[in-house]
Amino acid sequence: MRALKTLAAASIAALLPAGAYAAGGGGDVTDVSFPFEGPLGSYDQQQVQRGFQVYNEVCSGCHGLQYVSFRSLGWDSGPGYSEEQVRAFAAMYQVPDESDEALPGDMREAEPSDNFPANDSIGAPDLSLMAKARAGFHGPVGTGLSQLVNGIGGPEYIYSLLTSYTGDDKEQAGSILYENPIMDGGWIQMAPPLYEGAVEYADGTPATESQMAKDVSAFLMWTAEPKLVERKEAGARNFVFVALLGVLLYLTNKKLWAGVKKRRAESS
Amino acid sequence: MSGIPHEPYEPKSGFAKWVESRLPIGSIIHSTLTIPTPKNLNWMWIWGIVLTVCLALQIVTGIALAMHYTPHVDLAFASVEKIMRDVNAGWLIRYLHMNGASLFFIAVYFHIFRSLYYGSYKAPREITWIIGILIYVAMMATAFMGYVLPWGQMSFWGATVITNLFSAIPLVGDTIVTWLWGGFSVDNPTLQRFFSLHYLLPFVIAGLVIVHIWAFHSTGNNNPTLQRFFSLHYLLPFVIAGLVIVHIWAFHSTGNNNPTGVEVRRGSIEEAKKDTVPFWPYFVIKDLFALAVILLVFVVLVFFMPNYLGHPDNYIEANPLATPAHIVPEWYFLPFYAILRAITFDILFIDSKLGGVLAMFGAIVVLALAPWLDTSRVRSGRYRPTFKLFFWGFVANFFVLMWAGGMPAEGLVPTISLIGTIYWFAYFLVILPLLGVIETPLPQPKTIEEAFAAEQAEKSMKAGTTPVTSTEIATPAE
Repeated sequence: MRALKTLAAASIAALLPAGAYAAGGGGDVTDVSFPFEGPLGSYDQQQVQRGFQVYNEVCSGCHGLQYVSFRSLGWDSGPGYSEEQVRAFAAMYQVPDESDEALPGDMREAEPSDNFPANDSIGAPDLSLMAKARAGFHGPVGTGLSQLVNGIGGPEYIYSLLTSYTGDDKEQAGSILYENPIMDGGWIQMAPPLYEGAVEYADGTPATESQMAKDVSAFLMWTAEPKLVERKEAGARNFVFVALLGVLLYLTNKKLWAGVKKRRAESS
Repeated sequence: MSGIPHEPYEPKSGFAKWVESRLPIGSIIHSTLTIPTPKNLNWMWIWGIVLTVCLALQIVTGIALAMHYTPHVDLAFASVEKIMRDVNAGWLIRYLHMNGASLFFIAVYFHIFRSLYYGSYKAPREITWIIGILIYVAMMATAFMGYVLPWGQMSFWGATVITNLFSAIPLVGDTIVTWLWGGFSVDNPTLQRFFSLHYLLPFVIAGLVIVHIWAFHSTGNNNPTLQRFFSLHYLLPFVIAGLVIVHIWAFHSTGNNNPTGVEVRRGSIEEAKKDTVPFWPYFVIKDLFALAVILLVFVVLVFFMPNYLGHPDNYIEANPLATPAHIVPEWYFLPFYAILRAITFDILFIDSKLGGVLAMFGAIVVLALAPWLDTSRVRSGRYRPTFKLFFWGFVANFFVLMWAGGMPAEGLVPTISLIGTIYWFAYFLVILPLLGVIETPLPQPKTIEEAFAAEQAEKSMKAGTTPVTSTEIATPAE
């Protein structure tokens, strides 16, 4: 039994995430409270819509979302836009025309069935999965155990990156680098993208830098994990089911073995 | 089948008799389900069933994933995202498969440490042990190749680092690496043809298919590494399934070991019955209960923290031009990765790279040789006080190596890895052989029956229900 307990404790240590180790980031990431955190968290539709507005009006100039389809903007657990709105948003983007009549390089208006276009214009990374491709929390001593409490911290990383520009810049090999302690190495090629009032929110929320950073981080979490809400709901159902099954099996097992154990105790 | 005497199967209905005389399926099912099992097995004996469920889970989810996955460097990453977004319940299937691999390894490590502690590897179970190690190695190969398939940054760079290890082999190393990385040009039709065949044949003849895979080489391929990994990843579960069957069969003939390490008495059916209970229903129900508990943990992992054990870098598509800051394998490889990196110096004519590779593979070889390195005649660690200390040291060392494998190799980490590596080898090559000679073991119970009765008495004494004195416990039931 002691052996079992020790091994059980050890197995908890075995759950160290490899993710904690590598993915860089020097500065301290702020732990933002998002509505999609926790076992029953879900996306705040208003927030995701605001975040999409920030992406649409600011980020999309340089960053693509090539794994995200326009039609998914209509999913209820995400932004939940109406069909007409989705169609209108799609029409704002140009995608390669691959019809039979098109010449190579021809473009056409996007439709809901298309994905957002990739954007290689200046080599900025695609944002579809960015919220899962970064870790915000690594400690303690590189074990990543803090992620058990805080989550991996992808959206927090994005929020912190967007709000941690120091205002310094330098020129290196012909390009300007901006100081940002969250970025690995402390310098980033992206100019500070957000400033007070950079967008005018449709729902009237004041567009502070921090508000926009939070909203776009939430939107990017949705693009990275659009099935998060379905997943957690299914998880709750499964947990209850397996727990019930476990209780029934426990009682069955106890009753079954009672005979064997009693017989031994008596015969000795 | 089993060496422990138990009642033979006697078909009762006319239909059962008719079938039995033509195909003895009834007696096979009967002897499997009623196999006499030591009744004192503790909760560390549940991992076998967990592992079997893991294998089934991985094969079933793997088949579903293969329906939607595209083994092509330009399409693999996008096809995984397609599964996550557009395939019905695709996210669930993929997260189950991804975390199923972790559960598989958690269970296999428990299983291995259980065997090391209770001496399950000792005579007459050496062959079961060796096959078990082969399964473990096949699992590692499968997991490694599977991790390459999503074609993320860590997939690509992990594969680069690990395949490059073979270049450490003197003279032929580079040739082998080129051969592993593969040929020149195959088109998707060829790939799909082989893929389809690989799907069918492994069920029938896992062994032959290994030869079949090599036929892949002669045809060449335009993105050979990924496609080869895909098809091999596909094949290996069937190899594992085959090995598992042999593994289970081998131990069914020797019977289960048990926490006392004392063999079941085999003099007569009556005698054996005192030490055992039939597998069904006693252990089936017990194992199912344990499985439900494990699955509860698995549900939490899959549904609430599916990416916790993964690596963020693997959500970035592979880019041969951008090396990640730290290349780390999945958590279950970290101890061996630490051993690989622990050798930072040349030993005579062996350079540090080859030394690291030899140490890494050697670590598994010495593990496989445990039955012959352990000289103690006492099977269970329960009655070996000094062994216990070294065993728990070994377990602790495993976790230290796991941690060291995940850290950047700077500062104290290489030294810690080296100390851990030395302990790993010393455990098998020095401690196990010497302890058997110098250690004075504690007295063992004469029979399982006696040990079981003593355990129950101790429990009821703790609970304060049935007062049983120690003299009564010590008296054998006969």
